[in-house]
Amino acid sequence: MSVSSPLSQLFGRSPVKPMQKHISKAHACTKALQPFFEAAMANDYKKAEKYREEITRLESEADDMKRDIRAHLPNSLFMPVPRQDLLELLSMQDRIANRAKDISGIMLGREMRIPEEIQPLMAKYLKAAVNTSKRAKEAMGELDELYETGFSSKEVELVNKMLDKLDDQEHKTDEFEIKMRRSLRDIETNYPPLEMMFLYKVIEMIGDLADVSQRVGSRLQILIAK
Amino acid sequence: MFVISEYGQILIFMACVFGFLMAWGVGANDVANAMGTSVGSKALTIKQAILIAMVFEFAGAYLAGGEVTGTIRKGIVDTTVFADEPQLMVYGMMSALLAAGIWLAIASMKGWPVSTTHSIVGAIVGFAAVGIDFDAVKWAKVGSIVASWVVSPLLSGTLAFFLFRSVYRFILNTDDPFQNAKRYVPIYMWLVGFMMAMVTLLKGLKHIGLSLTFLQSVGLSVVAGLVVMAIGAVFLSRIQIDKKANKDFRYASVEKVFAVLMVFTACAMAFAHGSNDVANAIGPLAAVVSTIQNNGEILAKSALPSWILLLGGGGIVVGLATFGYKVMGTIGRKITELTPSRGFAAELAAATTVVIASGTGLPVSTTHTLVGAVLGVGLARGISALNLRVIGSIVSSWIITLPAGAFLSILFFFTLKGIFG
Repeated sequence: MSVSSPLSQLFGRSPVKPMQKHISKAHACTKALQPFFEAAMANDYKKAEKYREEITRLESEADDMKRDIRAHLPNSLFMPVPRQDLLELLSMQDRIANRAKDISGIMLGREMRIPEEIQPLMAKYLKAAVNTSKRAKEAMGELDELYETGFSSKEVELVNKMLDKLDDQEHKTDEFEIKMRRSLRDIETNYPPLEMMFLYKVIEMIGDLADVSQRVGSRLQILIAK
Repeated sequence: MFVISEYGQILIFMACVFGFLMAWGVGANDVANAMGTSVGSKALTIKQAILIAMVFEFAGAYLAGGEVTGTIRKGIVDTTVFADEPQLMVYGMMSALLAAGIWLAIASMKGWPVSTTHSIVGAIVGFAAVGIDFDAVKWAKVGSIVASWVVSPLLSGTLAFFLFRSVYRFILNTDDPFQNAKRYVPIYMWLVGFMMAMVTLLKGLKHIGLSLTFLQSVGLSVVAGLVVMAIGAVFLSRIQIDKKANKDFRYASVEKVFAVLMVFTACAMAFAHGSNDVANAIGPLAAVVSTIQNNGEILAKSALPSWILLLGGGGIVVGLATFGYKVMGTIGRKITELTPSRGFAAELAAATTVVIASGTGLPVSTTHTLVGAVLGVGLARGISALNLRVIGSIVSSWIITLPAGAFLSILFFFTLKGIFG
């Protein structure tokens, strides 16, 4: 016997946990960039390829999750937050994963070499960017508390503080980016120009990764603003 | 007249069987909706929910089921029309029971969301308007019943909205939600006790032979509320902050406090449901029995025999025990998104609305009232995702159920009339 109570049809699937799982997955992608870079800096692209596969796998999992969340957010749902804002937040989260995939893709494709002089700075720069994505993930970790409290002003305040930290982290990454460019310019003439061009490109993409993470925060802020 | 003296006992027996089956159906199906919210939010296990439902459905049916039963029995059909042919009243009410029962069976098999209340009202209106006379139906009363189907979800939605806003204001949006939950939850418990006592005292004790003035009732209900509050406080004192659960989700312990409250609102919900829905089964039965026992005289002011209420309450309990288990589990699994802090608000609002309807003798749909209450919590930003298409399915279930119940009951009415004459 099929039970068709209007009560059981009433509840749509909550997007909260899936959204949190999605950003965790996206963050896992960026985190995997660190071992990828380590291998790349050691010029061991065999090893790097394995990490790249890992990143691709995570990214495609994030993609599946994104599609699943969208499929469960039909127009007819009534939610405490605007559906459009939620979907845009989701797209932004997904871009974190995409950026990680792009960065690893271009580097592996060209088997790029990173000059030893800038390697320590590069590691720091990447870490700063990964931390930005981590901060975004942490802020999204408050999503269930936000829903639970009915978006209480106290909880919103707390999240806003976390978002301030996220902004700070992004700013730090920005500063690293500037340093990174300067150091590369100092040595660029010693290396093949084309490789340097692409290295600039990678630096830009890492900055972009932090930027997208920050924009996840902005989207979250829009979502919870009254 | 001849029919009644000749076949009276058989007809009463048949009506009792139909009425009991209907009550069984209410217990097997409908109660699951009322209790599913508590099961879904994990405030109660299915076993606990069944036990609570058995006790409080029965209490509600027996103590506060009289008014709605009266409406079903003599509020919809103008009994004076039957003065010359009382057997038609007997056939009609039996057809209505059969029609509603069969329609509900078909609908549950097909998985359509229909309401017992609407089926029975449609069936009674059907046999009276077509089988007897268009004017045999008290259309004004039917109008007010139909209006109550719209008003009850709206009222419960409004109540739920403000209940949840109060939770937000006094508990969720504070610096120490856990302590504040412990402080304010007993007040909601008091409300539960007060409301149930009030309806029982005002409407339920008449047939036990106790009558109190309004003020006495209020006084006693306040005391009853305090007793419930004290019991609740004992349970609450055992709830401690669960640090481990809080690590993952900071409001886990707060929800635990509300889970205690939800045990109380579940009782209220079962009580309210019993008080309103028992009438669907025993209202027509009561009409049959009193017509036959008075030898065909349809008395406008005949008291409702308590054994009929007992039969109805018993049927619900048997339905719960035999089948309600399964249905409750199915529904509970689908509403896990409703946490105790929301579920209690929805249940308390719906129970209050239904109990008020029971007191005024209006047969409403408990399920629809509960849906209204959940939507009210949703409007207060309490629920992460609600499917508004349900409103459409509720309205379409009215549109289908009323004519279907009416058509079947007309069919049975003429069949019975053909057999017994």
